[in-house]
Amino acid sequence: MKSLNFARIALGAYLLIFFSYLLGPLVVMSMTAFNSASFPSVSPWACFTFEWYEVLWNDTAIRDGIYYSVIIGLGTVALSVSMGLAASIVLTQVWPRIRSTYYTLIIAPILVPGVVLGISTLVFWDRLGTFLGASDGSAVYSLFHNGIFLTILGQSAFIASYCMLVFVARLQRFDPGLTEAALDLGATHTQAFRKILLPFMRPAIASAAVLAFLASFENYNTTTFTIVKYKTLTTVLAQKVRLGINPSISSLAFIIILLTIFGALVFEAVARNKARKEQIKLGRTEEKKGGILPAFMQGNPAAFGFVLLSFIVIVMVGTAQKYDPSQCKIDVREAKKAEAAARMKELREQRLIQDQSDARQGPDIFGAPKTEPEAGQGSGTGAFGNVFDPGNLSDEKAPKSGTGAFGGVFDPTNLDETAPSE
Amino acid sequence: MTTGVAVDLENVWITFGDFVAVREANVHINGGDFFSFLGPSGCGKTTILRAVSGFLDPSQGNILIGGNNMAGIGPNKRPTALIFQNLALFPLMKIWENISFSMEVAGASAAERRKRADELLDMIALDGQGDKLPSELSGGQKQRVAIARALCANPDVLLLDEPLSALDLKLRQHMRTELREIQQRVGITFIYITHDQGEALTMSDNVAVMKAGIIDQIDTGHTIYDSPSTPFVASFVGENNVFRGKIKEIKGEQALVSTNRSGDLLARITPTQLGKMNVGDDAMMFIRPEALALGKADAASHTTITANVVNEEFEGNVFSVFLEGGGGKSIKMATPNLGQAKISTTGKDLSLHYDANNAVVMPTGELASE
Repeated sequence: MKSLNFARIALGAYLLIFFSYLLGPLVVMSMTAFNSASFPSVSPWACFTFEWYEVLWNDTAIRDGIYYSVIIGLGTVALSVSMGLAASIVLTQVWPRIRSTYYTLIIAPILVPGVVLGISTLVFWDRLGTFLGASDGSAVYSLFHNGIFLTILGQSAFIASYCMLVFVARLQRFDPGLTEAALDLGATHTQAFRKILLPFMRPAIASAAVLAFLASFENYNTTTFTIVKYKTLTTVLAQKVRLGINPSISSLAFIIILLTIFGALVFEAVARNKARKEQIKLGRTEEKKGGILPAFMQGNPAAFGFVLLSFIVIVMVGTAQKYDPSQCKIDVREAKKAEAAARMKELREQRLIQDQSDARQGPDIFGAPKTEPEAGQGSGTGAFGNVFDPGNLSDEKAPKSGTGAFGGVFDPTNLDETAPSE
Repeated sequence: MTTGVAVDLENVWITFGDFVAVREANVHINGGDFFSFLGPSGCGKTTILRAVSGFLDPSQGNILIGGNNMAGIGPNKRPTALIFQNLALFPLMKIWENISFSMEVAGASAAERRKRADELLDMIALDGQGDKLPSELSGGQKQRVAIARALCANPDVLLLDEPLSALDLKLRQHMRTELREIQQRVGITFIYITHDQGEALTMSDNVAVMKAGIIDQIDTGHTIYDSPSTPFVASFVGENNVFRGKIKEIKGEQALVSTNRSGDLLARITPTQLGKMNVGDDAMMFIRPEALALGKADAASHTTITANVVNEEFEGNVFSVFLEGGGGKSIKMATPNLGQAKISTTGKDLSLHYDANNAVVMPTGELASE
């Protein structure tokens, strides 16, 4: 009995750790999307704000990135689903002796690093263009050097293999006798394919399409080489991370998480509703009338969750229209200024003491941190030159001072509040 | 109703690499016949069916349907419809769509298809079930849907590949009668593949018995049962007691066989071997269990075997009695259950009597393996 309890507690703890590991980062990131601090952070919490959604909305690079990601995603779905379907059908028809060789061959792109696929796609089409004698500026040349064209091909090279795996799993359950039956009843091979095999494969096609789209949407390794002058969401984000990010990316992530949850809930709710109707049709359960919840939500937590979440989102959007955190921001800035002034004062006192004790060291024009590492540590930012200071971008003056890209880290004035900053 | 179309196999060979699946098959199937291919699994009967339906081409020889050579004509162009062993109903289509699939691919309108499907559903006594899915039907109902689907294509020849093997006994017996009835109603040629002799004998006008790619005998069920032409047919179709020996004497249509362990026994020479057997030839003699009966002890008679009961099984309609004759020769006897006492109680050294016309003798050959 005691050991059973212990096992239970251990299991509970394990699940807690497991889910924190799984979902913790997502929760933290979602929270950063609502913090007014200009570097994504939860602590110290500045002000609750929706402003990053506005920043995101106005960020044309991200919008273009999403647009091209979707275009490329759709192209990749069309190409890799059809290639994967063809490959899987060939696998079932091919001469048994070469089947395993064929399988290895067709699965190989998954094992090839995406970087290699990307570079080789780029090089191959460039060489092919040269080989075909396409001159610079001709239609063929511009097609072979078009980022969208190349990315769709490059991604499909391995996403088609994923799709094939999905199709093979489904095809293994297909009775080839059905095709024979259709042929025997007078269908042509095309009709047998369209009316028998394709409807059977439909669920697999749907899941392969979703898989392909997601794989394409999140792909970076291959895309970064093949995209050339265009940008997809992943390449835009990568660039942003390299150049200093702000919580608008968190807000994008939050939107994506929300959409995912919505999608999952809708899928589950619809499936459960269908099952419920089926049960009613078969007369196994009675249709419940009355109650607080409408019929489609009864015994359907997914539908309930969906409605609840929709409600929350609507409330949030509504609040965002009215809510104005400017007063809070001013308060935070005041608090910061006070804090900075206090620190400055402290620093100066320290310097004064040091100057007195060590006459050889003259005053440094770049301010305290260079000579006073312990002071830098004191503000919690030393090693990275304050670039991660949640406060250093929220100060609206900082971006205007023309140092935005590197978070003002090289601005000699940004630590010295007493120096004139404009 | 249409009168059936004849099917001919002319010197058909079907080989896969070195393996000969069908060897020199010459079969004439009359139009409107219910014709069965009977044989153990792996004897090539399904191969023949697939060749007739067009899924594979004979390596040699011709297949003629209604006098037309079918070489090079695909399964979708042949006037045949095949009912698969597993039925192969389209799982995602409703019953009526299944039935009218042949019309759909031919481009008929939905209303037309529905009308024809409903007619056929009426015929197979499944009216009102057209909107169900195949998974919602029972085994016997699926069976009938498969038949309706095949008939909807208006085939000249209906091919059935062991369609009853998946059903339970009662349903199988019921479907036998039903199939036969449908065949007589539509009047088209049925070619039926089975390893179940009961099915072949009850339904067929004619039966071809196959062994390892070779057709041993083609005849009516009755003739095959009573006058098998080879030891294989004799031992495969129904049960038989086999006695090996040599021909001692030939008297017209009958021969006296000197058996190895049971003395001299008299039997009828099977019709196909009449006049071809000589005194001194190795021979096999077959007596059906039900042809044996208890008789008077008469050692001098050539139609009496002496044996002791080893075991006795009560099967309801018959007693199956397993006996041991001279030299440990095992013999089976079947006696109808008419309320009598057990055979084993009647004592030792029983005399089993038979009518010489109910025993057949033929040259030695391969038996069907048990």
